[in-house]
Amino acid sequence: MKLVPTIGLEIHVQLQTRTKMFCGCELEFGAEPNTHTCPICLGHPGTLPVTNEQAIEYATRIAVALGCEVAPRSIFHRKNYFYPDLPKGYQISQFDIPFGSNGRLGDVRIHRVHLEEDAAKLTHVGDSGRIHGSGASLVDFNRGGTPLMEIVTEPDIEDPAAAREWLALLRTTLRQLGVSDVNMDEGSLRCDANVSIRPEGSAELGTKTELKNMNSFRYLERGVEAEIARQRGIVEAGGTVEQETLHFDPTSGTLTPLRSKEYAHDYRYFPEPDLVPLAPAAADVEAARAALPELPEQRRDRYAAELGLNPDAARLLAFDAELGTFFESATAAAGAGVEAKAIANWVTGDLVALAREAELEPTATGATPEALAALVGLVAAGSVNRGGAREVLAVLVRDGGEPAAIVERLDLGASDSGELEAIVEQAIADQPDAAAKVKAGEGKAIGAIVGVVMRETRGKADGGDVTRLIRAKLGL
Amino acid sequence: MTDPRLLTVAEGLGEIAAGNMSGDEWFSAYADTPDELGAYLWRPQGDDRGPLPATAGDLAGVPVAVKDIFCIEGLPTTAGSRILEGYVPPYTATAVEALLAAGAGVLGKTNMDEFAMGSSNENSAYGDVRNPWDPVRVPGGSSGGSAAVVAGGLAPCSLGTDTGGSIRQPAALCGVVGMKPTYGSISRSGMIAFASSLDQCGPFTRDVRDAALLLAVLGGRDHRDSTSIGFPAPIALPSREDLSGLRIGVPRELSSDAEGIEAGVREVFDRAVALCESLGAEISEAHLPNARHGISAYYVLAPAEASANLSRYDGVRFGLREEADTLDEMYERTRSAGFGPEVKRRVMLGTYALSSGFYDAYYGSAQRVRTLIARDFAAAFDDFDLLITPTSPTVAFELGARAADPLAMYMSDYCTVPMSLAGIPAISIPAGTAEPDGGGPELPVGLQITGPAFSESLILDAAHAIEGAVGFDHRPKLQGSAS
Amino acid sequence: MAEELSGILEHVEAIGGLDLDGVEPTTHVVTLENVLRPDEPVPSLDRDRALAGAPDSAAGSFRVPSPQA
Repeated sequence: MKLVPTIGLEIHVQLQTRTKMFCGCELEFGAEPNTHTCPICLGHPGTLPVTNEQAIEYATRIAVALGCEVAPRSIFHRKNYFYPDLPKGYQISQFDIPFGSNGRLGDVRIHRVHLEEDAAKLTHVGDSGRIHGSGASLVDFNRGGTPLMEIVTEPDIEDPAAAREWLALLRTTLRQLGVSDVNMDEGSLRCDANVSIRPEGSAELGTKTELKNMNSFRYLERGVEAEIARQRGIVEAGGTVEQETLHFDPTSGTLTPLRSKEYAHDYRYFPEPDLVPLAPAAADVEAARAALPELPEQRRDRYAAELGLNPDAARLLAFDAELGTFFESATAAAGAGVEAKAIANWVTGDLVALAREAELEPTATGATPEALAALVGLVAAGSVNRGGAREVLAVLVRDGGEPAAIVERLDLGASDSGELEAIVEQAIADQPDAAAKVKAGEGKAIGAIVGVVMRETRGKADGGDVTRLIRAKLGL
Repeated sequence: MTDPRLLTVAEGLGEIAAGNMSGDEWFSAYADTPDELGAYLWRPQGDDRGPLPATAGDLAGVPVAVKDIFCIEGLPTTAGSRILEGYVPPYTATAVEALLAAGAGVLGKTNMDEFAMGSSNENSAYGDVRNPWDPVRVPGGSSGGSAAVVAGGLAPCSLGTDTGGSIRQPAALCGVVGMKPTYGSISRSGMIAFASSLDQCGPFTRDVRDAALLLAVLGGRDHRDSTSIGFPAPIALPSREDLSGLRIGVPRELSSDAEGIEAGVREVFDRAVALCESLGAEISEAHLPNARHGISAYYVLAPAEASANLSRYDGVRFGLREEADTLDEMYERTRSAGFGPEVKRRVMLGTYALSSGFYDAYYGSAQRVRTLIARDFAAAFDDFDLLITPTSPTVAFELGARAADPLAMYMSDYCTVPMSLAGIPAISIPAGTAEPDGGGPELPVGLQITGPAFSESLILDAAHAIEGAVGFDHRPKLQGSAS
Repeated sequence: MAEELSGILEHVEAIGGLDLDGVEPTTHVVTLENVLRPDEPVPSLDRDRALAGAPDSAAGSFRVPSPQA
């Protein structure tokens, strides 16, 4: 019996408004603790929330970009539980009437999107010895009250790699909308995964577990992989998967159940009496839709249709925010005669490979988009062959700089065509046997002549050009 | 000159305008009177003053006592609870800001039932309040302190809150005027929440005209309160001397058919009805078929909202914290030590009513009953301009008389809760006095007048006419020095 | 306490038995919608004031016993 996994994702996105969701405190990542708080976000007695209009605008953008139906009327609910990072003892969120529903992004359906406020930051101290008193926690309310959009997918994802790719697509989309800086390191994009397994062909889904807070693409993929393996182990041994909430530790690769009251199941939701309903005007929703920037799927299609990129390159560049921006910048900087396709090949091929070797992000190396564009231009003009260009790129990646200067310095410049013709003719004259064999149909014999030419040009000639010239000179 | 403590707000403003008295003199007359009722939790003392009266504004020079449920920056605010002992708010309630901007000064913070939960002010963590009419009796609640200071000559007016009757019922038991305006007319920002969809702020005064003066200043839309609308039209000062042209309904469910109405109260009410007729009103029976479910719906809804509103009292950021080794222990010990029995009861009730599996039967049903009650009133107001009922089924009862029976205590709100559920305005004015069932002193009986949403000016007008004809002695029962 | 609670529940649960079919619950009393505020900063409290009432604080933060694992 083959067991197949089903994965759904629950993503929390911090919206990049200037102020919090329900009060006018300014948002600033990394500020000194408790320097951006007020009686409202500290949950003082008698305080009341008032909704941030920019958060609603961003929410509308997200909902339409994800193809959701925007609810003509949605309300806020109180989600009740006790925790030190929750000043009111309840979170203002949305329950059965969310902001948007029934959308789709790529291959994955969106179940719902809704608005809520973020919790504060809780740090555990004590064992580290940094602060007196063991077993204590410190609470910083700066983050508390940040506007969040929660995006919940249907369980449409079928494997860990697909989960990672889809999250990247979502991230790029949100980035392009300008609604969040979607920085997983800083917590402005957070992802939980719901994982279950079932026998292939079974229509019923298995019991799902929830993996909380995987804060990088890699951890998401590995965490989901680990959980699938764990569930498989249970089922194959004849056991049943229990519904639970788990934490994945990327260093040890282990999954630990989370039992704290924070994850209690009865939140006693009821409509928030301090806030009135949201009723986005149809005209505003349409305006948001009309104002949508080019989104990843449209961009992928445009790259393929207009720029002639192959499907994989088109997808990679359209779905990866940073790489796509790099590509766009390089294309913009490129001179006439340089095809976008060529740039795409260099970016998705050699740049990515060299960056991985150097253990850097492709867009965080010494190679700027302008430098890459210039390099591709040099290749197109024949000033350097592919091999030489690859060497130049390696230098750019490591040290940055200008491609033309590097070509000079390393003497990688290709010889001009007249010179090359003369060298080829000489090489043919020096290798009469090989020449004869080639003319007779033994294609492989050309290698000897090519070798001579490459030696004479100190490897700077382009192998393809040399072969073509030799054959032309031999009358083939 | 007369004792300044006998002046109404309007009279006081007149004396100040005429140069016969200064705001400071008026303020001191009250501030220097000892509080033998237990009505104040904080009063200005020495250098520890609060906001003092000013010389400009519609209420320039007027001293106001403020229920300790309103946050005033820099002044201790307890909401009658141990869990907020020592708490000093960093901001001021909008309603109080409005009074201060109009030139009023703060005479003190008045005692109240803890977190506004109670009908007798016996649930305060800081002691009972005595009714100025009889010191062995309750003043009503939850705004017991605010009612008592006005009735007892310790303030010319005060601010209270009403969630199910907490202004109207103490007003009735203390023989003063108390009004709960339309939900949304006065900002709730800075008013410590009990039940968010029911809480409203309102004035206690010695007569109807004073109530109008205060309401005019208090009302308004506040950007800090998303549920505030303000008054659509300015509050008009009352002028009616009779009730001609008004159709007034008497809902039988809240009068003749109501359980537990004392004989004396019934008698005063019947006389008031006859009086209204003699003043030219067209009186007939009204029907509010679902009003009898008001107490049940209220005692599900209010505790439910309260259970969430009181979750913030967890010992983390302010107020009481009991020491503990673990977080859960800290929560439990703090809330156990900090909350009194009635608060605990309601938090438990409320939590239960919202629990998975019980929500529909309790909270869901209560919300629907609320709709029905609102509809009943709307239908009644098709036929009537105003409705009248007794405010409280009984006169002031003795301290401790209902301590053992919370349900009996809840029944004090029988006639007032339906208006709260419907969000409509209602006033209680003294209509006479009566002995309690079983004998005792003559104690005040309140008449409740209610109307459609935002009909405050009409209600005040009618109340003024009735007040003029009833002839109730509005003088305060001065404490300490001879009256 | 338990007895009192049972007594109260007995009284209030009557509403669960009423015929409330088709009656909309009152979730909001005022008929307002879309009450929003501009995304403009309002000065925050000075940290000292924010921590003023804190029962326990350290390093500019509120301090509490740790949640149990």
